[in-house]
Amino acid sequence: MTDAIRAEGLVKRFKGQTALGGVDLTARTGAVLGVLGPNGSGKTTTVRILSTLLQPDSGHATVGGYDVVREPHQVRRQIGLTGQYAAVDEDLSGTQNLVLIARLLGFSRPAARARSAELLDHFVLSFAADRPAKTYSGGMRRRLDLAASLVGRPSLLYLDEPTTGLDPHSRNELWDVVRSLVGEGVTVLLTTQYLEEADQLADDIAVLDRGKVISRGAPDELKARAGAQVLQVRPVESARLEQVARIVEAVTASEVRSGEGTANASVTDTAVMPEVVRRLDDEGIEVSELTLRRPSLDEVFLALTGHTAQTAPEGESNDDGASGAAETERTPA
Amino acid sequence: MSAVETAEPGERTAAPVVTPRITPLSAAQHGALLTWRSLLKIKRNPEEILGLTFMPLMFVALFVFVFGEAMMGDWQAYRDLITPGIIAQSVIFATIGTGVALNTDIEKGIFDRFRSLPVARSAPLIGAILGDLVRYLLTVIMVLLVAVAIGYRPEGGVIGVVAAIAVVMSFAFALCWLSAFMGLLLRTPMAVNIFGSVWMFPLTFGSSAFVPTDRMPGFMQTFAEVNPVTHVIDAMRELLAGEAVGDSLLWVLVWIVVISAVFFPLATRAYRRRT
Repeated sequence: MTDAIRAEGLVKRFKGQTALGGVDLTARTGAVLGVLGPNGSGKTTTVRILSTLLQPDSGHATVGGYDVVREPHQVRRQIGLTGQYAAVDEDLSGTQNLVLIARLLGFSRPAARARSAELLDHFVLSFAADRPAKTYSGGMRRRLDLAASLVGRPSLLYLDEPTTGLDPHSRNELWDVVRSLVGEGVTVLLTTQYLEEADQLADDIAVLDRGKVISRGAPDELKARAGAQVLQVRPVESARLEQVARIVEAVTASEVRSGEGTANASVTDTAVMPEVVRRLDDEGIEVSELTLRRPSLDEVFLALTGHTAQTAPEGESNDDGASGAAETERTPA
Repeated sequence: MSAVETAEPGERTAAPVVTPRITPLSAAQHGALLTWRSLLKIKRNPEEILGLTFMPLMFVALFVFVFGEAMMGDWQAYRDLITPGIIAQSVIFATIGTGVALNTDIEKGIFDRFRSLPVARSAPLIGAILGDLVRYLLTVIMVLLVAVAIGYRPEGGVIGVVAAIAVVMSFAFALCWLSAFMGLLLRTPMAVNIFGSVWMFPLTFGSSAFVPTDRMPGFMQTFAEVNPVTHVIDAMRELLAGEAVGDSLLWVLVWIVVISAVFFPLATRAYRRRT
C-alpha cells in the first residue's frame, strides 16, 4: 500500500527566518502520524504546506500520490483540515456552516442538508444546529470545525493541535472521534504538544524541533529512548533531597535531575518503585510525594536532544507575512 | 459521538472523482455560494442591521434638523442639498467594512478552510465583494427612504434615482478594491478600521456634501474641487434633480477608472500573496 503522505526535504523561510529546515515525513495510509513538537518547531507550517495553503521554498511532497504544489486541486479533494483555532464562520449557524461547505464541494442542496444534519447529529450538535456558531462553547466549536472538515468524506485528515485549550472531557471525546475515523480507514496527521496525546493516538510519531525532524518511530520506540515514565520523589525535609537523589540514582541506574524540591529520574521498569520505597524507609526519609508519571515534552526533548523544548519567542513560525497571527495567538481564549 | 460515518464501505475505497481543474462554471457557483454567505452574515449580525438602519436615520435627521436652519435658513432646502451627500458618505464609509470583513476572515482561518477545499481561489474574494455591494445598495436605499419620509422628492424621477444610485454604486465598487487592499495588507481588523476611517473623514467632509464649496476657505475649496467625492455628489445631485448632467459625471468615470486601475491589481496581488 502506498503512503498517504510523503514529504521530502521541505524548507520554508519567513523573512529570513527558517521555519522548516528540511522536513521529511511519511504517513502510512490508514495510520495516524503524530507530529510532536513545541510551539515554533514548525508543526503548523508543515501542515499548511501539506494542505496546499503554503508553498515550500524547496523540497516536495505528495499527498495521496498528488504533488501539493503542482496538483493542489487534486490534493484538496482528499483532505480535511482542522486547526487549533476553530475556523468556522461565527455569524453562521452550525447548519449553515456545514451546508455552505457541502455546497462548495458540489453536493446538491438536499444532499448538503442531509450531510449537514448527519454530521451535526454525530457530533451531538443537533440541539444547536440553528444557533450562530458564536454562541457555541469551545468544545462545541471544535466539534463543528471537525465536522466541517469531514463534510467531503476526506481520506486524509489533518488535525493541527486539535485539543489545545480543550477541557479533559472534550479532549477525550475528540480522541474517541479520531479513533473511530481511523477505524474507518481515514489517514490522520495529528500535530500536538502533548506526548500523552501522541502516545494515545499515533501509530508513528515524528518529533519536530526547530524545523527539523529529530526523532521518529512508534510511540514505544520513542518512549524507550526517552524513558517510559518518570519517577518523582519529594522528601518532606528538603535538606534530604541530595540523599534521596542518591537513592533514586542507585535504584534506577539513570541520571537524576533535582529541582524544586524533587528528584526526577527516567524509569523503564516500574518494579523500581517498591525498591525505592524500601530504601527510603531504611534510611528513615519521609516523603510527601512519590509518583510515577509520563515524561513531559520537555523531558522527552531533553532525552532526545540534550536541550529542553524551546518555544520560539514568536510562537509557531507560521508567519508567512500574510496570515499574521502566530500560532500561540490563535489559541482561543 | 463514537461512530462518525465518513463513507460507505464501497465508496471509501473508490478513487475520488477528480476533475483536473476548476471550470469557469464551478468557479461562478463557488462565488455565488460565498456571496450567499456574505448576505447571511448581514442578517445574522445585529451591528450590521443597526449600521444599515439606525445610522442613515441619525445622519439624515441630525444633519437636516440641526444644521438646516443655520445653514440655509430653511431645513427643507438643506435636506434637498445634503441627501445626495449623505448617501455618498454612508456608502463610502460602508466600504471600510469590506476590508475589515476580509481581514477578519483571514485572521480567523476561515479563508484557510475555503482554500483547503477544492474551491476556485478567487471565490472567497468575489463572494465578499459581491455581498458587500448588496450591503452598499441597502445603505443607499435606507438613506433615500429616510429622506423621502421627511419630504425629500427627487425631481429626476425613477430614472434619475436609478442613475444616481448607479453612479454612487460604481464609485463604491472602485473604492472597495482600495478597502480590500488595506484589509489584505494590514494585520488586524482594528487597524483596517482605523486606517480606513482616517482618510474617509477629509474625503467626505472636505467635499460638496454638506456645504457648497464656494463657501470654504481657499485651500479647502481647492481640495474639495478636486476631491472625487465632490464629483460623485455633484453628479448625483444633477441626476436626482433631473438637471442636465455636466462635467462631474465625466470626472466620476475618470476617478473610477483611476482608482480601479491602481487598486484592483494591488488588491488581487495582495490576495494571492496572503491567501
